[in-house]
Amino acid sequence: MSLEIYLDNSATTRVHPRVAEVMMRCFTEQYGNPSSLHTMGAGAERSLEEAREVVARYLGVSPSEVYFTSGGTEGNNMVLRGGCAARRSWGRHLITTAVEHPSVLRTCQALEEEGWEVTYLPVDRQGRIDPEDLGRALREDTALVSVMMVNNEVGSLQPVEAIGEILKGRTGRRPLFHVDAVQAVGKLPLRPSDWGVDALTASGHKFHGPKGVGFLYLRQGVEVSPLMTGGEQERGLRPGTENVPGAVGLARALELSLEEFDARAVAALRDLLVSSVLEGAPDAVWNGYPEGAPHIANISFPGVSGEMMVHHLAEAGVYVSTGSACSSRKPTSHVLEAMGLEEELLQGALRFSLSAETTEADVRRAAAVVVEVYRELKELFGRG
Amino acid sequence: MGERYEMLLVRYGEIGLKGQNRHYFEAALVRNIKRTLKPLGRCRVERSHGRIFVHLPEGVRAADGARLLGRVFGVVSVSPVLRVPLELEAVKEAGLELLREAARGGAVTFKVSARRSNKSFPLTSMELNRELGAHILRKVQGLSVDVHEPEVELTVEVRSDYVYLSAAAFPGPGGLPVGTSGKGLLLLSGGIDSPVAGWMTMKRGVDVAAIHFDSYPLTSERARQKVVDLARVLAGYRGGVYPLFISYFTSIQKALQRSCPEELRITLMRRMMFRIAEGLAERRGALVLVTGESVGQVASQTLESIRVINEVVNLPVLRPLAGMDKEEITRKAQEIGTYDISIRPYEDCCTLFVPRRPATRPHRDKVLAAEAELPIEELVEEALEKTELMIVRAEI
Repeated sequence: MSLEIYLDNSATTRVHPRVAEVMMRCFTEQYGNPSSLHTMGAGAERSLEEAREVVARYLGVSPSEVYFTSGGTEGNNMVLRGGCAARRSWGRHLITTAVEHPSVLRTCQALEEEGWEVTYLPVDRQGRIDPEDLGRALREDTALVSVMMVNNEVGSLQPVEAIGEILKGRTGRRPLFHVDAVQAVGKLPLRPSDWGVDALTASGHKFHGPKGVGFLYLRQGVEVSPLMTGGEQERGLRPGTENVPGAVGLARALELSLEEFDARAVAALRDLLVSSVLEGAPDAVWNGYPEGAPHIANISFPGVSGEMMVHHLAEAGVYVSTGSACSSRKPTSHVLEAMGLEEELLQGALRFSLSAETTEADVRRAAAVVVEVYRELKELFGRG
Repeated sequence: MGERYEMLLVRYGEIGLKGQNRHYFEAALVRNIKRTLKPLGRCRVERSHGRIFVHLPEGVRAADGARLLGRVFGVVSVSPVLRVPLELEAVKEAGLELLREAARGGAVTFKVSARRSNKSFPLTSMELNRELGAHILRKVQGLSVDVHEPEVELTVEVRSDYVYLSAAAFPGPGGLPVGTSGKGLLLLSGGIDSPVAGWMTMKRGVDVAAIHFDSYPLTSERARQKVVDLARVLAGYRGGVYPLFISYFTSIQKALQRSCPEELRITLMRRMMFRIAEGLAERRGALVLVTGESVGQVASQTLESIRVINEVVNLPVLRPLAGMDKEEITRKAQEIGTYDISIRPYEDCCTLFVPRRPATRPHRDKVLAAEAELPIEELVEEALEKTELMIVRAEI
């Protein structure tokens, strides 16, 4: 029997069949270029604008503040690089956290090489920053603050609202406040304008949309220099022929997520997974907390290699990952290191990430397989 | 074009020395050349006066053929050649064309080396050299003659049927045609060394197939893909196809992990690999095993280790890297095109199970005692049964 249980939804998700359906229509029937003057172009433009409205409604912002991108990495680069470029005359300092996605961390490192100074805020054992640390790190020349909403490896939530409050209270020049919401969109309610967030980025394939499309919310009046030059698409901020099928698919996926993703139900499944695993493997450690993101559970299995666990689980039809998919070829996770985990817990860490499609039966079976594989490998490789 | 004709001239060295067997070696080389060029279409290959001429199918560029033949063992060098009728005007035109091309490629100095074996041709070699050189100097700007160290040597051979001209020679790998020395079996890991060892053995005419010990799911599927990609490179040196045996090693790995003393694990693992390889070699008619061991490089490659590991097999084990340093091996790997694949970060079974303190002088009695706990024959039999053959094709 080969029953596949996909618990790697933070790496990417299955495209929802209804998303594929609407995209298919864009590819083969309504394939016009939104910039074309004729009927086909106008139709494509309408589809694109409708997609933009779906995103805007979800965020509670104006459609003119939503830009389509190619995904999270591009959105983060646009905000960080473009935001710094627009503040070059007075800014020379950025603040971010030690647990960001590589698309933020590496970009910050690149900006450091260009002469910017970056403060990387530390996190506690749960992976959360202390807003007071942020307050203390702020300077007159702080041009940008970038903090992720949900950590992609452990599911910790950052105090975005509290950071927004601190920044709102500042006199003088205000830094651009960016939130990487890639792991939050479609799962948590987001109110960037209420929270004082200036820019927010997301990626379609994390919530059953297609790969290669994402969006950026940029509050009216906030300046970001475009990275590319070209046509006037996306108000010149992101030139290039629009990815209409992608945007339409993303919007449909977002609507479906709002209907189908029940955060409380998913959190209950996550808790069931964690408790079943810990019951069968009492020495395993959950690197998370109950109020964290509902769909991510990071668990360390001391004494074994996480990668070996991944391959054994895959053989049994259970798909998980050792860290974030983009960086899991590194030996250990920068997130878990920043949280202060011991070496043994770093080596044996696995990330389970659920979706609206995950069932209780999936979770029970996966937990049983995990416990069994862990026992076998621990017996083989456990040292001490 | 009519009269003008592009072909390849292949020079071979060592097999010329092989006396009575020369015919056999030449036939093997011709066969290997044909196999290697097959993706380009049907080629006619003929032997003549200690050289091989390749007639390429219409539309195929001589440079593409030369590039492929640069990987055929036995080939010393390959030259794209223009063949023209026995007429001075035709020879001058062809010589000019070749030098113009060389000048475009940045060459500044040249010389002409004519050889006239057909004495009925009106000009002597010396006269041809002068006539052609003067013609080229008149027609191509910026070239000058340097008879001692020319950047380009235009060779002109006047034969009984045609005149052959060539201005470039691409080096081949030398050695003996693959297959002329019998069969071997290479123990191929994903590392830097073993593909080089296989290459060097193939260079001596041995038809080397490879066996890889796969420990999935203890190791990654990507580690296996890495080995397949290495075999793909080796296939380029073996006429385009390479037999790769993937042997199921997981249960052995687990058994060793479970029951043997940590410091002896690598020794025992290598002994198992050697046994399985010998079993397969015997079934395949291979006369030797080949490994990438280099003396003293790691704990399992001290002489003591090599002795204890080697004693489980009767077949000779070739270790062409025995005397090479890591730097030399690395350079060779880069040269033959396996290095970038070997350094991909996926672990193979050798790196993953390395004990903290492996024995550098494994004690034979302890090894035997540890093995007494294991159902050796059964494990070897199972691994052989679950060995699968993959025919890996070269990229063109």
